[in-house]
Amino acid sequence: MTVMEQRGAYRPTPPPAWQPRMDPAPLLPDAEPYRVLGTERAAQADPELLRRLHAQLVRGRRYNTQATALTRQGRLAVYPSSTGQEACEVAAALALEERDWLFPSYRDTLAAVARGVDPVEALTLLRGDWHTGYDPYAHRVAPLCTPLATQLPHAVGLAHAARLKGDDVVALAMVGDGGTSEGDFHEALNFAAVWQAPVVFLVQNNGFAISVPLAKQTAAPSLAHKAVGYGMPGRLVDGNDALAVHEVLTDAVRHAREGGGPTLVEAVTYRMEAHTNADDATRYRGDAEVEAWREHDPIALVECELATRGLLDEPRRKGVQDAAEAMAASLRERMNQDPALDPDDLFAHVYAAPTPQLREQQALLHAELEAERDRA
Amino acid sequence: MTTVAVKPATFAQALNRALRDAMAADPAVHVMGEDVGTLGGVFRVTDGLAKEFGDDRCTDTPLAEAGILGTAVGMAMYGLRPVVEMQFDAFAYPAFEQVISHVAKMRNRTRGRMPLPITIRVPYGGGIGGVEHHSDSSEAYYAATPGLHVVTPATVADAYGLLRAAIASDDPVVFLEPKRLYWSKDTWNPEEPPHVEPIGRAVARRSGGSATLITYGPSLPVCLEAAEAAQAEGWDLEVVDLRSLVPFDDDTVCASVRRTGRAVVVHESGSFGGPGGEIAARVTERCFHHLEAPVLRVGGFDIPYPPPMLERHHLPGVDRILDAVARLQWEAES
Ligand SMILES: Cc1ncc(C[n+]2csc(CCOP(=O)(O)OP(=O)(O)O)c2C)c(N)n1
Repeated sequence: MTVMEQRGAYRPTPPPAWQPRMDPAPLLPDAEPYRVLGTERAAQADPELLRRLHAQLVRGRRYNTQATALTRQGRLAVYPSSTGQEACEVAAALALEERDWLFPSYRDTLAAVARGVDPVEALTLLRGDWHTGYDPYAHRVAPLCTPLATQLPHAVGLAHAARLKGDDVVALAMVGDGGTSEGDFHEALNFAAVWQAPVVFLVQNNGFAISVPLAKQTAAPSLAHKAVGYGMPGRLVDGNDALAVHEVLTDAVRHAREGGGPTLVEAVTYRMEAHTNADDATRYRGDAEVEAWREHDPIALVECELATRGLLDEPRRKGVQDAAEAMAASLRERMNQDPALDPDDLFAHVYAAPTPQLREQQALLHAELEAERDRA
Repeated sequence: MTTVAVKPATFAQALNRALRDAMAADPAVHVMGEDVGTLGGVFRVTDGLAKEFGDDRCTDTPLAEAGILGTAVGMAMYGLRPVVEMQFDAFAYPAFEQVISHVAKMRNRTRGRMPLPITIRVPYGGGIGGVEHHSDSSEAYYAATPGLHVVTPATVADAYGLLRAAIASDDPVVFLEPKRLYWSKDTWNPEEPPHVEPIGRAVARRSGGSATLITYGPSLPVCLEAAEAAQAEGWDLEVVDLRSLVPFDDDTVCASVRRTGRAVVVHESGSFGGPGGEIAARVTERCFHHLEAPVLRVGGFDIPYPPPMLERHHLPGVDRILDAVARLQWEAES
């Protein structure tokens, strides 16, 4: 006698109360990363947008090489380069309106700069003289976030608050592939979906979390698939295709602004440099993989389209390069000045008003500094 | 009594050898964490273990501290002895729920039926110029949680000896590794099996009669340096290395203070609510009639860990320790 026969009344149907809340099909990401550059769709792209993306990409690449050089000169303690990922960084900034907010992770210096943060201020954290380095309200860029995925719930909360106040503000939160394994990622997506908060999550899947490849991070078909379980759409996009990332993010931002709720975007890209200048990437990956991605360079992709359409002549290309070079020169020069350090900074912003204990400790430090000066 | 040529080893290499020896000695020992496999950990403490023992024994986990420790709890329930690596002090906080609600309490909740022999390795403390969230002095949080052992070696030999003891312990151990000592060196005799040091015994690293500096982990070398400097001023300082905050070795500490009559506790952790307050209270309770002056504390300031360019002002250095020692001349002052 089989189990079914024993049970007699067993009917292989769901219990009456159960029904799916929605059809998961429209939430599922495409099977292949969405691409525009190199396809027919590119022909419809606005020339001005292409040029803007190009200028920002070139500037971003130059920023990355300059910042990396500054680590070698000891002017910067550490720099997590986003070389190869510039399309995601630039598109993130360009997809937002001024009133929107960006929640970057520690690798997203470039997105912050593309959004208007001063290039030197954006490096203050990494130089080591002040934790954030810029005023988050000035350009609506939250502090670069080092503890992974912890900025994601903040983005949800801010977007939710804006909606409660009746403002049509969208928050774009950036995270790496490794960061999607953290509990905070799950909680942020779940809150965002339940509240229908105007948030866009951008995962830059660059293949590795320090040394750990994606296969050891998740068994999901793609990171974009993770969205479906929360009840939000997941979008998969070629992260080196600036136009595609811009289009998908702009759509997602519009969708959120119009009350459609959150979207999870996975941009498939590659980290061309080591995790940071302190990391040795040869321990965990071979050159062949890196070389294959070099062929799919985000700047080359845009230049190819511009050239095909006759939108990039030599003076224009030189103009873009000169502007990037000027930015790098100014960055170099300003970073080569020793930062003005004030030990009182240690106590200045722990509380709105210092506690008596902190004032005591500050007095102790003053006495020590005075003794130091006397000895010198 | 070594006749064989000794070999230099770093603190990190000693930890590596302790892990290797523990894994070889007991198949139940499993190492897990972020980047511990192929990379060998960001401080290379797990270097080569995955190659030698396989991915199942030294596992690159998904990037999720609560998940790492939570699964370690289940593994320990089933008879394994997990050794988990938290990459940096401030990134262990997502796992606090597991540390406090489960790891520390499981033995108690189950009337001893379910002990959790987990070692939680946490690189901690400052002095390496780390950017924000890479230099927390988190020892007080752990030490305030009953059910955990809290151990922090300061020498190469103890890095080995205490880690072996931690892994062998049937209770959970929070094993705090002072980041700035990873590259400190000492010599080993490769012919002799390194000594396994029982948890809970403090040791005098320098003897002296004028006063006792009570310290641990990253502050030990600073205290030894201060003691040398104090010698010139006519102060002969004893330096006691606690090695373990929980359990606390009252006997060794108090024996020293009774002899010297004066004590300063030194640590990087903030002063308010830092271990120094607890230690000063214990010493006062036990040695009151032997004390010539109140027990003083020298700690970090009560501020969020500062950016690297300012950390030298925050970390207790030789001068701040010597100033405290000078303040121990209580009679002259009153
Ligand atoms: C909560 C937390 N755990 C660990 C770390 C240490 N850590 C810094 S970056 C990193 C890898 C991040 O990988 P991913 O999210 O893929 O971003 P990517 O570096 O590739 O941009 C790790 C483990 C951290 N910053 N925060």
